[in-house]
Amino acid sequence: MSKMHIHTTINGDQVDFLGSPQQSLLDALRDEVGKLGTKEGCGTGDCGACSVIVDGRLVCSCLMLAAEAEGAEITTIEGIADGDGLHPLQEKFLEHAALQCGVCTPGFIVAAKALLDRDPNPDERTIRYWLAGNLCRCTGYDKIVRAVQDAAEQLAHPA
Amino acid sequence: MAEAVDYRYVGTSPVRPDGVDKVTGRAQFGADQNLPNMLHGRVLRSPHAHARIKRVDLSKALAMDGVRAAVSGADFPAVESGEIGGEGGGDVADIARNVMARDKALYHGHAVAAVAATSVEIAERALEAIEVEYEALPPVLDVLEAMAPDATLLDEQCFTKNLPEKPDKPSNVASVMTLARGDLDAGFEQADVVVEGEYRIPMAHQGYIEPHACTATVNEEGKATVWCCTQGHFEFRAMTSKILKWKISDLKFVASEIGGGFGGKTVVYLEPVAVLLSKHAGRPVKMVMSREEVFRATGPTSGSVCRVKVGAQSNGKITAAKAWLAYEAGAFAGAPVMPGAMSIFAPYEIENFLVEGHDVLVNKPKVAAYRAPGAPQAMHAFEVALDDIARQIGMDPLDLRLANAADEGTQAPYGPKFPAIGFKACIEAAKKHPNYTKPVPEGAGRGVAAGFWFNIGMQSSAEVRINEDGTVIVMEGSPDIGGSRASMGLMAAETLGVPYEQIKTYVGDTESTGFCNVTGGSRTTFATGLAVVQACEDIIAQCKSRAAATWGMDDDQVEWQDGQAIPAPGVNADVKPLSLADVAASAPKTGGPILGRASLNAQGAGASFAVNFGDLKVDPETGAVEVLSFTGIQDAGKAIHPAYVEGQMQGGAAQGLGWALNEEYIYDANGVMENAGFLDYRVPVASDLPMIDTQIVEVPNPSHPYGVRGVGETPIVAPLAVASNAVRDATGVRINDLPLSPPRILAALSGE
Repeated sequence: MSKMHIHTTINGDQVDFLGSPQQSLLDALRDEVGKLGTKEGCGTGDCGACSVIVDGRLVCSCLMLAAEAEGAEITTIEGIADGDGLHPLQEKFLEHAALQCGVCTPGFIVAAKALLDRDPNPDERTIRYWLAGNLCRCTGYDKIVRAVQDAAEQLAHPA
Repeated sequence: MAEAVDYRYVGTSPVRPDGVDKVTGRAQFGADQNLPNMLHGRVLRSPHAHARIKRVDLSKALAMDGVRAAVSGADFPAVESGEIGGEGGGDVADIARNVMARDKALYHGHAVAAVAATSVEIAERALEAIEVEYEALPPVLDVLEAMAPDATLLDEQCFTKNLPEKPDKPSNVASVMTLARGDLDAGFEQADVVVEGEYRIPMAHQGYIEPHACTATVNEEGKATVWCCTQGHFEFRAMTSKILKWKISDLKFVASEIGGGFGGKTVVYLEPVAVLLSKHAGRPVKMVMSREEVFRATGPTSGSVCRVKVGAQSNGKITAAKAWLAYEAGAFAGAPVMPGAMSIFAPYEIENFLVEGHDVLVNKPKVAAYRAPGAPQAMHAFEVALDDIARQIGMDPLDLRLANAADEGTQAPYGPKFPAIGFKACIEAAKKHPNYTKPVPEGAGRGVAAGFWFNIGMQSSAEVRINEDGTVIVMEGSPDIGGSRASMGLMAAETLGVPYEQIKTYVGDTESTGFCNVTGGSRTTFATGLAVVQACEDIIAQCKSRAAATWGMDDDQVEWQDGQAIPAPGVNADVKPLSLADVAASAPKTGGPILGRASLNAQGAGASFAVNFGDLKVDPETGAVEVLSFTGIQDAGKAIHPAYVEGQMQGGAAQGLGWALNEEYIYDANGVMENAGFLDYRVPVASDLPMIDTQIVEVPNPSHPYGVRGVGETPIVAPLAVASNAVRDATGVRINDLPLSPPRILAALSGE
C-alpha cells in the first residue's frame, strides 16, 4: 500500500514521515518517528497511556490517524522537559513517588500538562476528573494527584 | 517488640535511580525493543471455548508475500510434566500447552498457531489464511457445574489428586486439599451465634497497563536473546528452555522495564513462540499482545465459590470455623486454592477449624498469580462472616478481631508458630485512627476487614562493585516493578555507610548477574535486599582487610564505620581513616578490583498483616457506590522507602476496591468473554477514588537485618470485605457476592 508524506512539528522540531493511510498517530510516532515514550496500553482510547497534545488539545494518539496530524503541532512526553531541566510535573512525580511501574507515567504527565496549560490552579476534583481518562494500576492515584497539585503550586509560585 | 533503630538512609524516600528515565519517556518497556530486519509475530487464537483441534494447515499463510515463518502446536516438542518456577509457576507441561494448544483448545482465545511477517498487517492477514479444523465441544463455564459427576471433561487424564484413594474415573476437580485442627462439632456447640454463607466472586484480571511484549532473535549458532517485560527473566528463561527443549545456556533473557504485573507476568505466553518463529525465519521477531488478547488469554485470577460457617461466643471468642472453597483454575490445574485455604483463618487464633479446597478446571484462561494469590477470595468470605458475627453480638468489628488476633507464638493454621507479627499493633492503630474515631458520614456505611499474606523468601543473588572513584554499582536480578532499585540502594547505603547518591542499582540480564527468582510473593525487598546487604558486608570485609594490609595490622584490628576503615577501639595507630574512595583508589596495589557478592535462599519472610476500613456511600437510584474515605494500616516490618510502601498500600487498596465494586469477567453461554477491554472491564479511575490514607506499622521481621517484611500483596486482600461490610452498613442489606456493581446493588435493594 502506498504511503503518505505527512508533515508535522513534534516537540518544536519539523518532522516529516511516511505513514500508511490506516496508521494511527500512536503507531506512526513509535514506529516511524522513534518516539517510544508514548505507550500503548489498550489501542482503544480507554487507558490514556498514548496521550499527546495535538495543536493544544489532549488526544489519545491511538484514536487519531497519522494522516490527520498533517500540519499539526504535536507535544509528546519527550517534549515536556524544557532545555536541560525537568518540567515541574516531572520533578513532582519523582518527589511524590507518583509512579511505580512507570508505564502510564508519560501519558499522565502529558495529560496533566494539558490540564495545567488551561487551568493553572485546578482543585482535587478537577484533577481527578481531568485524569479520569488515564489508567494507573499501581498507585491508586493518590500520589499522582498530589504531584499534580504540587506542580501547579510550583508553577504558580516558582521558588 | 524490638526497639526502633535510627538509620541514616533506610526509612527515607529519595528519588529512584530509574526515575528520570521514567518521567521523560526514555525508559524501555517490553514493546520498545526494535531490531534491524525485525519481523512481527501474531497469534491465531481459538474461536471456541472448548474444541478438539483436528487439523492445522499453515501452508496458505506461509505462501503469502511477507510471511517468513508460521508455527502451530506440532512444531513444539512434547514436554514432560514437572513443577517449575516459584509464585506463578506450575506444571511446565501445562504451561507449554497454554503457550500453544496441541490437541485441544481449552478456552476462547487459546493460542493455536502463530506467524511472523514483515509487518503487523501482513501477519494479521496471514492468520486468516491459516486453516484450522475444530470439533467444538460443550464449554464448562461454571465451577460448581464443572464439579458435578456427569460434567463434560476438559482433560480425560485428570484424576483428582490428594484423595485417600485414586479415583476410578477422571474429573474436572484437579485436586483437593484439607487443613484441619481441633474438634469442629465441639467448637460449634460452644458457640452462642453461628453465621453461615456462600460467597461468589467471578474471575478478575491483574489489569497491568502494559500488554505482554517480547522481541526474540536467534542467530545461526542457535543462540537466542529475548527482551521481554517479565517479573522474572530467569524463570522465563527456564520455562522457555523446558518448553522448547533448549539448553539454558543458549537462551539469554533481558528484562525490560515492566509496566505492571501483579503476578500476571510470572509466566511465559509469547516468549517461546517468538524464539521458535525467529529460529524458523532467521530474523528477529517482535510480538506484542493487544489489550483484548491480554484479557482473553493471560492472567486472570480464579473465580470462586466460598462457603463459610463460623461460630462465636457472645464475648467475641471464635469457637469454630469451617470453609469450603472451590476455585476456578481455568484450562489447566493450578488455582491458588491452597494459599486461599492457608490464609483464610491466618489472622486469628482458632482452636477448631476445617478448610476444604478444590482446584477446578473450567474452559476459561489458565489463571496466573494475582497479588496475594487466592487470599482475597477466601478472606473476603470469612471477613464478611465475621462482620455478621460482630453485628449479631453487638461488638465493634475491631474489638472482635482483637479478641481473636494471632500474635507471636500463635500456631498458624498452616503449621508453624508465628514469630513477632504486627496484627494486634495494626488493630490497635486502627482503633485510635482519626478516620475510625470520627462518626460515619450521614448516609454512608463503614466497613472493616483484616488482610494477610505469608510473603516468601526464595533465591536471590547480588553483586556489589566498587568503581575506581568509590562510587558503587549494585547489580541484582529482580525486575523493578515498583521502585525496588531505590530500596536496594538505600540498604546498600546504610550497610556501606556511604550516601545513597553514590550508589546506582541495576537489574542485570540473565548473563550479567546471578539467579533470582521472580519479583513476586513480596520477596524482592526482603530476599534480594538480603543478598544486597550480604554483598555489601562482603565488600566491607574486603575493605577492612585491604586497610589492614595498608596499615600493617591484622584484619580484626580494623573496623568499618560511617563508610570508612578505622583502627578498632584499643588499637593504637596513627593512621588516617580510609574511605571507600580511598580503598578503591589504592585497589590496584591491594589486590585488584573490589567486588562483593552474595547468593542465598532466603528463609524467614515475615508474614504481613493489615487492617483496612473505609466509608462508602450507595446511591439508591443508580446502585453506584462512592468511596468517601479509605484507610490502610499495615505492618511493613521496616519500611525501607516509606513512600513506596505507602504506594503499595494505596495501589493495593485501589485494586481491591476495583475488584469489589466493578471488575469481573462476563461470559456468554459459549464461553466468550464479553468485556475484553478497559471500557467494559472497568478498573478504578482517578475520579472513582478519594485520597487513600495509610499508616505504616513497624514490627521488625527478626529474619532480616533491617526488619523488612514484604508489603506488596497484603494491601489487596482486605478491601474486598471492607467494601462488602460498608455496603451492608450503609444499606442494611447483606450482599454476599462480588462485584458490588450497580446492577447487583439495585437487585439486592429491591429485594431480588
